[in-house]
Amino acid sequence: MILATINGLPVEVPAGSTVLQAARQVAVHIPTLCKHPDLDATAACGICIVRVGGSNKMLRACCTPVESGMDITTEDPEIIHVRRTVLEMIMSKHPNECLTCGRNQNCELQTLAADFGIRNVDLDNIVPDLPLDDTTKAIVLDPRKCITCGRCIQVCQQIQDVWALSFVERGIDTRIAPAGDITLAESPCVRCGQCSAHCPTGAIVEYDNTQEVWDNLLDPDMFCVAQLAPAVRVAIGEAFGFPVGTNLTGKSYAALRRMGFNAVFDTNFGADLTIMEEATEFVKRYTTEGSVLPLITTCCPSWVDFMEKFHSDMIPNFSSCKSPQAMVGALAKTYYAEKMGLDPAKVYVVSFMPCTAKKFEIIRSKEMASSGQWDVDASLTTRELARMIKQSGINFHAVKEEQPDQMLGAYTGAGTIFGATGGVMEAALRTAYNFITGSNPTRVEFQATRGLEGIKEGSVNIAGNEVRFAVAHGLGNVETLLTRVREARDAGTEPPYHFIEVMACDGGCVGGGGQPYGVTDGLRAKRAAGLYQDDQSGLWRCSHDNPYIQAVYRDFLGEPGGEKSHHLLHTSYTARPTYKR
Amino acid sequence: MSPTQTEEVALIAKRWKNKRGTLIMALHGLQDRYGYVPRDAAMQLGEAMDVPLARIYEVLTFYNYFRLESPGKHVVSVCLGTACYLKGAPQLLEQASKELGIKAGETSADGEHHLQVVRCVGCCGLAPVVTVNEELLAKVTPETLAAHLKAPVATENGKA
Amino acid sequence: MARLTIADLQARAAAPKPAPDKPVIRVGMSTCGLAAGAEPVFNALTEEAAARKVELRVARTGCAGMCSMEPLVEVQVPGQAAVMFGEVTPEFARSIIAAMAAGKPLPAESRAPSIAQLARIAGEPVGTGDEPIQYRIVMRNCGVIDPEEIDEYMDRGGYQSLAKVLSTMSPEDVIEEMKTAGLRGRGGAGFPAWLKWKLTRESVGDEHIIVCNGDEGDPGAYMDRSVLEGDPHAVLEGMLIGGYVIGAKQGYFYIRAEYPLAIQRIEKALRQARANGLLGNNILGTDFSFNVEVRLGAGAFVCGEETALIASLEGKRGTPTPRPPYPSVKGLWGQPTMINNVESLANISQIMLHGAEWFSKIGVGRSSGTKVFAVTGQVKHAGLVEIPMGVTLRQVVEGICGGSASDTPIKAVQTGGPSGGLIPASELDTPITYEDLIKLGSFMGSGGMIVMDENDDIVELSKFYLKFCVEESCGKCAPCRIGGTQMLRVLTKIADGNGTEADIATIRRLARAMQKASLCGLGQGAPNPVLSALRYFEPEFRGRLASGKN
Repeated sequence: MILATINGLPVEVPAGSTVLQAARQVAVHIPTLCKHPDLDATAACGICIVRVGGSNKMLRACCTPVESGMDITTEDPEIIHVRRTVLEMIMSKHPNECLTCGRNQNCELQTLAADFGIRNVDLDNIVPDLPLDDTTKAIVLDPRKCITCGRCIQVCQQIQDVWALSFVERGIDTRIAPAGDITLAESPCVRCGQCSAHCPTGAIVEYDNTQEVWDNLLDPDMFCVAQLAPAVRVAIGEAFGFPVGTNLTGKSYAALRRMGFNAVFDTNFGADLTIMEEATEFVKRYTTEGSVLPLITTCCPSWVDFMEKFHSDMIPNFSSCKSPQAMVGALAKTYYAEKMGLDPAKVYVVSFMPCTAKKFEIIRSKEMASSGQWDVDASLTTRELARMIKQSGINFHAVKEEQPDQMLGAYTGAGTIFGATGGVMEAALRTAYNFITGSNPTRVEFQATRGLEGIKEGSVNIAGNEVRFAVAHGLGNVETLLTRVREARDAGTEPPYHFIEVMACDGGCVGGGGQPYGVTDGLRAKRAAGLYQDDQSGLWRCSHDNPYIQAVYRDFLGEPGGEKSHHLLHTSYTARPTYKR
Repeated sequence: MSPTQTEEVALIAKRWKNKRGTLIMALHGLQDRYGYVPRDAAMQLGEAMDVPLARIYEVLTFYNYFRLESPGKHVVSVCLGTACYLKGAPQLLEQASKELGIKAGETSADGEHHLQVVRCVGCCGLAPVVTVNEELLAKVTPETLAAHLKAPVATENGKA
Repeated sequence: MARLTIADLQARAAAPKPAPDKPVIRVGMSTCGLAAGAEPVFNALTEEAAARKVELRVARTGCAGMCSMEPLVEVQVPGQAAVMFGEVTPEFARSIIAAMAAGKPLPAESRAPSIAQLARIAGEPVGTGDEPIQYRIVMRNCGVIDPEEIDEYMDRGGYQSLAKVLSTMSPEDVIEEMKTAGLRGRGGAGFPAWLKWKLTRESVGDEHIIVCNGDEGDPGAYMDRSVLEGDPHAVLEGMLIGGYVIGAKQGYFYIRAEYPLAIQRIEKALRQARANGLLGNNILGTDFSFNVEVRLGAGAFVCGEETALIASLEGKRGTPTPRPPYPSVKGLWGQPTMINNVESLANISQIMLHGAEWFSKIGVGRSSGTKVFAVTGQVKHAGLVEIPMGVTLRQVVEGICGGSASDTPIKAVQTGGPSGGLIPASELDTPITYEDLIKLGSFMGSGGMIVMDENDDIVELSKFYLKFCVEESCGKCAPCRIGGTQMLRVLTKIADGNGTEADIATIRRLARAMQKASLCGLGQGAPNPVLSALRYFEPEFRGRLASGKN
């Protein structure tokens, strides 16, 4: 432990702590801009400068290690003066478009400018004339608003290992751009949106589809259907001041109806459906000699895109199942529409997701129109939902909880945990166990799937057979797993795992690219805890026990893995180029 | 992309792949061979050396030396280091610009000349200095520069 | 060539080569010389001597320092004082040979000072007559030997220090010697070399690495280039000793891509050293194994900064990283890395050879040894000079370089490159030491010294330096990237005659933020030329302000 003083206050910190970390311990606030609690310091902006000893120099608190006996001053007239000047410099190169910006009221630069009370920037406004890039229709890049903090680069390159974003040129011309100035859609971008989730300003925001949804809600001819993803219910509250992880399922259903949705479903139902199909798929492969193993989950569209671009040799290992939201959409326009006597062409399906990639998933291929229409018409992020709720004049705190439309809305604990990393695996194991042995496991919790370790491994004993599984989250963790699988495959030995779950986002969907800003491991854990709580207090713990799931097979689909399932609920994959130019 | 370019790039990658700190060396290899770094060569090099294309372009666009477009036959570099600046380099740049009809950083329409500014070639005792490809011209005046540019065939190295 | 042993080098020292019995004509053929037309001169001498059947040797050599008088030709006739000719043409060269063939005295025209007249050389006895101000330790072989002949380097004591260190000194012994000598980093920061070596040696890592920083980017500075071209083995020997001290197995030369001849000469020196057993496995038959490779820069001044250089070697954009941790603790690939300037390394073998005591007595106070300066601009004799620390600016500018090139008096001298400052003519009697230059608001820098006369526009010159920093800014941190650009806009306004009082205040405000909050020396130092110009030449700025406006 190291002893130092901050503004005269004694502080004791473990070796390796930064001045910023030490300051937090004694409730001293040092303003920061480019530093994100989830990421390594890039030391770019120069706002967090402090003084050490009586030195003339100023050091960055975010990356200066605390040394024994250090005497740190975080505020004095000169420090404040320099910080203000630096902030004004940054503001002089930033467009003055707060009113119409996607980060209005939620922007770290805006907050600093307000806190510092800057009324006038006495420097020329020198914003470069750079075009917007919305080619992915999921993420929008506005390089004019970039403050070159470097967070998105760190996330895209080091954490996600996708390398779509980079800095090009240098000096005052430095800007973010995909490799050599192609568009984002032509780059390896998998639309995971982690860049937008970490960006401090409006330089990277989600593609906003809310207007199209309003238009359909206001169209009397359209029957509008909403579905709510698991990870959204435990994060939407953050936009309204609820404690992190509060489960707002019932209130969300109510708000959606108030907004004008004619039916409210739950993506967790789709999750249960995915488990029925995928567990069937898994059991078939596991029990049939010579099948391709491991089976790899495919409900994450960024992961699917990543595999098709970088690891297309693993296509035979992909599950052919669509994702839960795609399945709900397909059934909404067939099963539900039939039952309700609706014209499928007039059913408008909106999924509310923690995810930016879902915007791309719903138009990924013709198979996403298996119902004869686009199965899902629009996919919106948690952030867009929050704005819609605010715009609707709904008092989210006061509104009373409601139930979903049960036909495609009732869900089990297995379905709801999909939002956490390891949740898909745990849900699948519960059902696979039942499919193989004929009864549910005595304990339905599989602790080895849970937690924030980048790669989790474990095994389950099912009727004397060992089922080995692995769970990875954050695309940077994929390489390790696939290397092991390939080595075994090439050597002709037993696969190291039978079943693998991959989620592109750190933490799984609770840490998705469309979730509220400011994500840290603490927030990921709390949001996931909300889901595991939802599971524990649920009526049914296993997907196959959901009576509404049983109904859809009995009345409509037939057998899991059957012909109708294959047409509506399954898809295919193809190798894709990493660069389209 | 002709087969020989593929082979050449593969050789360059092979030469530098197993040593450390060699991305810039490999990119120099490409530029020395082609006069600039063609995108398809960069893509091939990236795959061979296991470097993402985004990283290659981060580096190519950061360092002044690398060109992303073919520079034409003659690269005319006017040194704008301090000593050359004091001895009239800005006038030389203007002269060259006038003679060639292009601004610094541009290539002439006929592909003959590329004009650029460099920062101190280290010949300050002979300021002002202009290089045309490998040839270094010393104590250049607007007149001698104009004369040299009008006769693109390389003269005996040295004073124009 | 056989691999040498310690014994071989000792034998060589004991039996020095006899003086040549035939005349030797040395032609300066580094970049300056070649640019001025040395190759045709070299050919003319060789052809004429052959045609007239004169028995002599025409040899190539490096930069003698009188760069404005290239091509330089020095004629060494046994038994006579060397004679130097400057601005030689091929015709004049032929006339030299003609005179020698006819037994006549050498031409009296185009004379220049010989090296012996220019400078004392380290390790050589002091001559009679007026002692020149210059004292060449770093440049001892420049203009004297053929840099592409390792034998000529070894004939003048080359690699003796390496042999001495490897056979009789421990790394700690070397560090002690360096401490007594008091050598400070010659790249500009002036950090004590012995301390950097010690810290690197003591840092824990999988490997230790030494890097020679040949990314000399200050415009107007070319000392390092001349040493790399004129005496590459001197730098290599310093690197070998440094590598030995920190326990390195691998070293790198990082050289600007704009220095092709320096790269070529270093690569040749490496090949020669390897063939002679001075590089590679079991150097000189000891168990010290060490390899060196060359890596090129690619046109980024910022890569002269240590952490940016490291990023460049790692194949990334050359952006600095915060320090601590310092490269000596965690540098290239996370390993303890020692980065030394070319001039610093060229001093090492001399310190080991002649002793730390000797070195510490040269110079004054905490600035021991010599410094090489590239003096250019409005002086009569632009070129390289090497002077003991403590010599005054006036002695250099007027004494050695002949003062103003025209009738216009000198106005100021700029040192420290784009991070440095102006020293007005009134302060020219200041001794050149690290501390004295800082007191004046400038600093030593890498050695560029630009002389300005009364016709030079100080405001435009400040703008020139700031523009350089803005163009070379890596762009990572806001204070340098945006602050520099904004400051340049304001300064341009003033230079164009549209500035106001408030604009000068803005410059000072931006300057302070850049100095305090920039991530590296480029941004921290970028305001210096303007600030020092304001300090000594404020009237020139005021005179430009738009009159009547506020």
